[in-house]
Amino acid sequence: MPASASLGAPILACMLASIVFATPVRILGLRPPEPVFALVPAFAWGMMRPSIWPPVALVGLGLFLDLLWGAPMGLWPFCLLSAYALTFAVRRVLSGQEFWALWGWYVAACGLAMTCGLVLMGLRAGHLPSIIGAGWQFAISATLFPFAWRLVERYQDADARFR
Amino acid sequence: MSLRDGPFGDIKPPVAWLAALALFVASVVATVLFVGDRPDSRSGVGGAVRRTADEAAARAGGVLSVPIRWIDDGAAGVRAYVLAGSQNRQLRRDLVAARGWRDQAVALEEENARLRALLGVRTDPPLPMVFANTVLDARGPFSNSRLADAGADRGVTDGNPVLGERGLVGRVVGVAPHASRLMLLTDVQSRTPVLIARTNGRAILTGDGGPNPALAYLRTHDPLRDGDKVLTSGDGGVLPRGLPVGVVARGLGGEWRVALDSDAAPIEFVRILLFKDFSQIAPPGQPGPADLPSTATEAPPPATVAPTAAGGPSPP
Repeated sequence: MPASASLGAPILACMLASIVFATPVRILGLRPPEPVFALVPAFAWGMMRPSIWPPVALVGLGLFLDLLWGAPMGLWPFCLLSAYALTFAVRRVLSGQEFWALWGWYVAACGLAMTCGLVLMGLRAGHLPSIIGAGWQFAISATLFPFAWRLVERYQDADARFR
Repeated sequence: MSLRDGPFGDIKPPVAWLAALALFVASVVATVLFVGDRPDSRSGVGGAVRRTADEAAARAGGVLSVPIRWIDDGAAGVRAYVLAGSQNRQLRRDLVAARGWRDQAVALEEENARLRALLGVRTDPPLPMVFANTVLDARGPFSNSRLADAGADRGVTDGNPVLGERGLVGRVVGVAPHASRLMLLTDVQSRTPVLIARTNGRAILTGDGGPNPALAYLRTHDPLRDGDKVLTSGDGGVLPRGLPVGVVARGLGGEWRVALDSDAAPIEFVRILLFKDFSQIAPPGQPGPADLPSTATEAPPPATVAPTAAGGPSPP
């Protein structure tokens, strides 16, 4: 699979989805949730063949989120890298796992990323951000696993070593 | 000659180790950026990058918001058509109530004017304001901010307070030529000095990313009650005094929080008050802080403070 397909396309898709979900739309008078789409490639890239490009791409994607959402620079790069680091560290365990087992690992990666965000913002602001707010964003982001599964499947289908 | 043809061509670097090294370097870069990005140091390259990004994001958000507004307007039109009868009855009731309030307001206004004239009170001049649409909305737990489509070209500056339809929404924390970043009261980094209207108590409204910011450093003689009105106190001169903020409510953990007035209505349309922090305003020709005499009290002559045998000051 070319790098443009495994890196470029997910990056563009995440950027576009994040912008669309950042519009001030209200559905039935309620503001829709704000999922962290970038956690999808952060998890999927960790499962793929090791490379130096995913960390670089995650820093870029995280900085984009910082600028889009007005967060302190470096917050989302760090959170995404923490999710990637967990997946990268256990990638041998993950290979060949069932869909639901991988979803569990994805939830763990999302939880680690949100915990890093809570700790970093707690240190910066001097008090812990709302656990309920973070839990809500975590829950919404955790539902995005099918996209990560699809990305990993596409990579494995395209990689001759998996045939 | 390519590297593969050279003497090192046969060396195969451990890919996993290189990836781990890249991960470590990227983490260090993220940490350095996080530590180095302070709100008071956004005038350099980081500030310029943010302004450029805000400008671009506001344009993209402006384009994407158009169909959303059309859909919203269409839905509102359908809803108004369907609910026209009940709305009409409600409006008639509101009108009767409003006429009573109008008469009271006119009487109070006249009384106020008379008392002000008697006391010689000088009221603040009305503040100029700019109307803007919010085009992008960050509502996560770590940042609650919005992008408005009015910027430096319309006189907006850092620190300007922002009001929604019903109350204070937040303040401006970044200004691009045609866009500005608004930090909402609910943002985890937001701190706003407020007063409790009934008790004249003071507190700092502290955002935590949730919908109801907490009242920290509360200082009041009378205990708070649910429903007490909260206004900006104007302490520190960053915000004008008396802007409506919300009402006091008890949180799940028993702490005092504020149900924001701005939550009662959509804040897609905001008013940015062109209020200048009056602690920084100095008329032209006025001496600066460095030119002013020291505020430290000089030590009085010993004769005036030296205690006497009875414990009081000695006569001059």
